[in-house]
Amino acid sequence: MLMPAGSGDLYEKRKGVYPKAIDGFYRRLKWAIMAVTLAIYWGTPWIRWDRGPYAPDQAVLVDLAHRRFYMFAIEIWPHEFYYVAGLLIMAGIGLFLVTSAVGRAWCGYACPQTVWTDLFQHVERFIDGDRNAQIKLAKAPWSVAKLTRRLAKWSLWLAIAFATGGAWIFYFADAPTLQSAFWTGHAAPVAYATVAVLTATTFLLGGFLREQVCIYMCPWPRIQTAMLDEKSLVVTYKDWRGEQRGSVKKAQANPDLFGDCIDCNQCVAVCPTGIDIREGPQVGCITCALCIDACDRVMEQVGRPRGLIDYCTQEDAEAEKQGAAPRPVLKTLLRPRTLAYAAVWTSIGAAMLFALGARTRIDIAAQQDRNPIFVRLSDGAIRNAYMVKVRNMEARPRPVTVGVEGLPGAMLWTDAGTREQAAPTVTATVPADSVAKLRLFIAAPAQGSARQDFAFTVRATDREGGGDHEPARFERP
Amino acid sequence: MADGQDKKIDAATGTELKGHEWDGIAELDTPLPRWWLWTFYATILFAIGYVIAYPAIPMLHDYTRGALGWSSRGALDRELADREAQVAPLRRAIAATAITDLPARPQLMQAAVEGGRAAFKVHCVQCHGSGAAGAKGYPNLNDDDWLWGGDLATIEQTITDGVRNPNHDATRMSIMPAFGRDQLLTAAQVNDVVAHVRVISRQDKASAAAQRGATLFADNCAVCHGPAGKGNRALGAPNLTDGIWLYGGDAQTIHETVWNSRQGVMPRWDDKLDKATIRMLAAYVHSLGGGEAAVAEAGNGAQP
Ligand code: SF4
Ligand code: SF4
Repeated sequence: MLMPAGSGDLYEKRKGVYPKAIDGFYRRLKWAIMAVTLAIYWGTPWIRWDRGPYAPDQAVLVDLAHRRFYMFAIEIWPHEFYYVAGLLIMAGIGLFLVTSAVGRAWCGYACPQTVWTDLFQHVERFIDGDRNAQIKLAKAPWSVAKLTRRLAKWSLWLAIAFATGGAWIFYFADAPTLQSAFWTGHAAPVAYATVAVLTATTFLLGGFLREQVCIYMCPWPRIQTAMLDEKSLVVTYKDWRGEQRGSVKKAQANPDLFGDCIDCNQCVAVCPTGIDIREGPQVGCITCALCIDACDRVMEQVGRPRGLIDYCTQEDAEAEKQGAAPRPVLKTLLRPRTLAYAAVWTSIGAAMLFALGARTRIDIAAQQDRNPIFVRLSDGAIRNAYMVKVRNMEARPRPVTVGVEGLPGAMLWTDAGTREQAAPTVTATVPADSVAKLRLFIAAPAQGSARQDFAFTVRATDREGGGDHEPARFERP
Repeated sequence: MADGQDKKIDAATGTELKGHEWDGIAELDTPLPRWWLWTFYATILFAIGYVIAYPAIPMLHDYTRGALGWSSRGALDRELADREAQVAPLRRAIAATAITDLPARPQLMQAAVEGGRAAFKVHCVQCHGSGAAGAKGYPNLNDDDWLWGGDLATIEQTITDGVRNPNHDATRMSIMPAFGRDQLLTAAQVNDVVAHVRVISRQDKASAAAQRGATLFADNCAVCHGPAGKGNRALGAPNLTDGIWLYGGDAQTIHETVWNSRQGVMPRWDDKLDKATIRMLAAYVHSLGGGEAAVAEAGNGAQP
């Protein structure tokens, strides 16, 4: 069915990537970021947060059943979803900011695909050994020893993948409860399905697809290349310094002919996406800077200045090529574009914080019945009906009074009562963290304009007080 | 396929060129990655499996049924049966609870109102309108004026037995004579009675005709509508002094009513609907805003 792999083939076979272990500044940065991001991912659902008896005590919880999103002291209701939209916009602009400043730094350090691939590669090195051993093992025919190693590696990967998929569900339910329910087989089927799917995808993406996700599947590099400009920091091989490549011996013999690159291929060997940065900037480069670590070591060993491969903007690269001195990296970060992104980012954040601080915890909304719009009562008065929703966003029940403003002679009653019980206001208790729906009837004298604007008011009658009002309309024949 | 003749190799990448060019930009003939190919084959396999497992291919008179025996119609039937089984206990509880006891059980009451809302849309909107606002000759169920009474039990009885149902002893039956057509009153007398009704409903000022009509009313109408015209719920006689008219309160319509009488009907529902549904309908109608509380008040509309 398949055509044999070869030059005439329509389909390209994946070339194995066996990145070599390396140590250095950026590798340690990667370690640190990996530790922090994984700790956040696995640890967050286990943080407790006391919200009183009526609300869950999990610090970060997406409560789909009750349609609440809890994040520490912040509690988001469905109608406040714009906060989540705001966070997403901030994440987007944050990505723009980072990309325009330091290129694909997100890809190189913080992207889950990178973090998990990195983790899987460490497991691989632990089982199979470093690059050369891995290549040898890959080429070796199947044997008991090879199978044992493969099985060991895959089971470790699977364990990590399972822990990854498993942690995800804890964001959607009380973690300790779900944990015991999960192991005893009492969790919801969707929990098992989620874990299964995420385990499978993590295993596949982190273990096998790896750099192919970054190069072929992920849309972000395409957008990123548009976000980058000549002032963005990217990993650059300084070819004007490195070329002509040649071994130390050749260079010693012919110092004028050869550049600093000794063609040791270390930068290629460590690259997790398997590219050669010396060919120039390319879509496969996730700017993880491991090649910088590798080359800096080589330069140190052969006694040449570091930074043959370095973070450098295209503009500076041009300047350096003309003989200018390298510019400090920090200086390249501050420029109108990054500052503009930063300004937009902070103002959205500030606006959201402000809105969060100013939001009321009790809220009223009213919708008028349209069928019929009004009803004439036997004493000649006109009655309109409304669906009034009073929302209590506190984690305790609250007594409230609902009344009207600007509708003289109005009398209110709910569908639980009758007109004999009509009064100028209606009282109710809104349960904790929920919306009380009141079907309210309002009777008002027949005299008056055909469409009279008024307002519903709600007032909490407990110690904290507070309230809200909502414009509405009373209609007459 | 590559025939090697007009294909060119891109110098920088060593990849073949597609051969077409636009403004100096040529396209590389880069092969697709392997995993993509495998994914493509997998989707084909999936499609074949799907066609075998599920109904898929339309034939002349039928369609392939699929090995799993699944059909969307069957799934719907099952869902409906599930739903039926789900609400069955609720319906049983509602049928077993006297309607006067419903308000004491708010959850059951709410379920009844919701169920009634749905049943109303099926059985009642044809006459009373989708918002229950009625029309000329069809009572508005939202208001607080009731011919037979507006408490839960009375509404339930009205729905159960209907109005003017032939061959049904318990049916609601109001009998207004056709005063004009049957020559119980002369044409002039009918006009006088109409004038009087217009006065007691505060639509016209007192007049000589109304004065004469008052006497006629006392002799002919007060028996059902009460001396003050306030109606009598025991007889289904409407209150003539309030602002609500089933057929209309203008002189011409009242004249028509007095001359020919009115004989509105409503089906009895106990031979079509089960007890629980009727109870739910009553709860719903009661909840529309005109429902009355006190059961004891039923039939006390005959005010002196
Ligand atoms: S070329 Fe260097 S920076 Fe780019 S992905 Fe490879 S190792 Fe990372
Ligand atoms: S690691 Fe540095 S010296 Fe070695 S090949 Fe790469 S650029 Fe040249």
